[in-house]
Amino acid sequence: MNLKNIALFAVVAVLFVATGVMQSWNVALNIFNMGLISAIMALGVNMQWGYAGLMNIGIVGFVALGGLGAVIVSVEPVGAAWAAGGLRVLLGLAAGAATIVAAIFTWRRMAGHRLRSLAMLALLIVGFVIYRRIFDPAVHAIEAVNPALTGYLGGLNLNILLSWPVGGALAAGAAWIIGKTALGLRSDYLAIATLGIGEIVISILKNEEWLSRGVKNVIGIPRPVPNEIDLQNSASFVERAASIGLDPATASTLTVKIAYSGLFIVVLLILIWATQAALNSPWGRMMRGIRDNETAAEAMGKDVTARHLQIFVLGSAVCGIAGAMMTTLDGQLTPASYQPLRFTFLIWVMVIVGGSGNNWGSVLGGFLIWWLWVQVEPIGLWLINVITLGLADDNALKAHLLASAAHMRLLTMGLVLLLVLRFSPRGLIPEK
Amino acid sequence: MDFFNAIVAFSNFVIVPATAYGAQLALGALGVTLIFGILRFSNFAHGETMAFGGMVTILVTWAFQSWGISFGPLPTALLALPFGILGTALLLLATDRAVYRFYRVQRASPAILLIVSMGVMFVMNGLVRFIIGPNEQRFADGERFIISAREFKALTGLREGLAFKTTQGITIVTAVVVVALLFWFLNRTRTGKSMRAFSDNEDLALLSGIDPERVVTVTWIIVAALATVAGVLYGLDKSYKPFVYLQLLLPIFASAVVGGLGSPLGAIGGGFIIAFSEITVTYAFKKVFNYLLPENLEFSSLVQLLSTDYKFAVSFSILVIVLLFKPTGLFQGKQT
Repeated sequence: MNLKNIALFAVVAVLFVATGVMQSWNVALNIFNMGLISAIMALGVNMQWGYAGLMNIGIVGFVALGGLGAVIVSVEPVGAAWAAGGLRVLLGLAAGAATIVAAIFTWRRMAGHRLRSLAMLALLIVGFVIYRRIFDPAVHAIEAVNPALTGYLGGLNLNILLSWPVGGALAAGAAWIIGKTALGLRSDYLAIATLGIGEIVISILKNEEWLSRGVKNVIGIPRPVPNEIDLQNSASFVERAASIGLDPATASTLTVKIAYSGLFIVVLLILIWATQAALNSPWGRMMRGIRDNETAAEAMGKDVTARHLQIFVLGSAVCGIAGAMMTTLDGQLTPASYQPLRFTFLIWVMVIVGGSGNNWGSVLGGFLIWWLWVQVEPIGLWLINVITLGLADDNALKAHLLASAAHMRLLTMGLVLLLVLRFSPRGLIPEK
Repeated sequence: MDFFNAIVAFSNFVIVPATAYGAQLALGALGVTLIFGILRFSNFAHGETMAFGGMVTILVTWAFQSWGISFGPLPTALLALPFGILGTALLLLATDRAVYRFYRVQRASPAILLIVSMGVMFVMNGLVRFIIGPNEQRFADGERFIISAREFKALTGLREGLAFKTTQGITIVTAVVVVALLFWFLNRTRTGKSMRAFSDNEDLALLSGIDPERVVTVTWIIVAALATVAGVLYGLDKSYKPFVYLQLLLPIFASAVVGGLGSPLGAIGGGFIIAFSEITVTYAFKKVFNYLLPENLEFSSLVQLLSTDYKFAVSFSILVIVLLFKPTGLFQGKQT
């Protein structure tokens, strides 16, 4: 950390403080909490792109899997649904997985070209029929259990903090499957394959109601911090709030948000320490060596595909952790809200603007770009008001421009990304 | 009779829609594959280019409609199409001058260009929403059907109807014309040949005096035409919603990769493979099978392999299978 980098972080800090003073501290803390989560997502993508040069265009899927982890771990199990078909669903999934494993096994072990293809195909078709026979009735039974309130299996009723590593593990599993197929091919193919896995994870969350309640959303996920209303009802809390001159409502919302910030900061610090240590270890040097010259690294006896798979899984796991944290913060899982523009492409802007290959850069990019993403809308509205000052209030052009101000966001993000790539391609805090 | 009913039902719900959708995907994939072959990167802004072309065409269509210009039984949008192509070509050429040329001169890696195209995607995305808004727009006019289901039933006396929408007919005819023109251009004209030479071996092409900037300019203009036609046809056939075009990116890329990135013929083949598999796998075959089977064997379930919400999974699975078994694509695309 040199003086310039400290100054950059100070500028971002000033932005947040200014938001607190000029708008409200609640808004500032909201942005700050999502900024922490964004920084973690950016760290994950930076591991993949910055250390190893792998393009992941399906971040949204890994983030959503983390969110699913939060539901599976923390929500109360729905006993009636488990009785109706819980074990049968698991059996169906096991049958499906066994079919795929058997097909891979057949492909690897059997000799003969045509016979092998036919055997694999037959196995897949029979396996698929068996899987649907077991799986479908169970799903119907589960989704019929009180569909307005539950209609899904629920979770394990464990502490939600446990869901953060679990969300990471889910994302890591998905990353392993996709990495196994697409790594080792030309780099664009990984990008396109991850684009696909992102879409698929989202459609699974939207449609597998027995698992995630789909578009009916899971709300009221348990929180790791106290409820605002409990704080407001506690006499000692109200007293303390009054002693520093705050009304109970504001004090309670601020306290809850600061508590979340504290939890997230701990995770961020652990991850920064781990990623920095990894980057500066022989392993990190090897990764950068592979990125800069694959042929030379291979000649030195490094297994490039295996190392790529390793870092791809690790980076995706970090995105999954961030996804679980975000669902914890929101207190709900809303599958329809996972938009690729917001959760894939915006994270890329953070990594590139911050400086790919540099962990501190990703953290800075996460905070800065997330702040900008939120604040561009009011700034854009103000700007358009200023530009159209000369026009009458009933002017059609002015009305259209004012109504479209919200879309300034996308435009601005694109311009920021293009300008940084053009004039400072190594980002705000370049790799050493 | 039941046999014909089964065939008609299958054509009505699978063959006709899949052919139209396949033509739209093929046109989109052709644009992606041309950029990949000549500019050597995967263009993530292609979906938004289609949305932009669709938008310009819609605005011109509205202007025509307000002036009372129409195209008889055909949609007015076809008259507006050349203006849409012109607007999109201007945008793409401006983008090339302002953004891509810098990286071309530097010989930046395809990965960097891919990230640059993400920035362009954001800007175009914002531009489209800024001008026309994020909502659904209707601009189709003219006759709705070439044959409607009722007419077909009256004509043939079958229980099943075969509807053939005007937009489906136009999609197929336009796609055939556009593809024929493109192949004539690539194979017969001097500029087209120089484009193929440039795609095959850049250094050799430069050595033989081909002007790279000219090749790139022509490529962008062709891509603008393909993207606009694809965007407008998709909008006419389904409906124009700006966000849909970002989702189309996956099937379009899958089509291009399945066919072999960089191969125009592959893009067309890939487009139809993806479209037919998507619709066949998500179609409920109950009706078709029940016409064919004797009454006591009839299906009571839908006989649907996957619910329609998983159509992305179909393009993705085909993509993965092709990547696993034939990474250069079915029609042998570029390797580098």
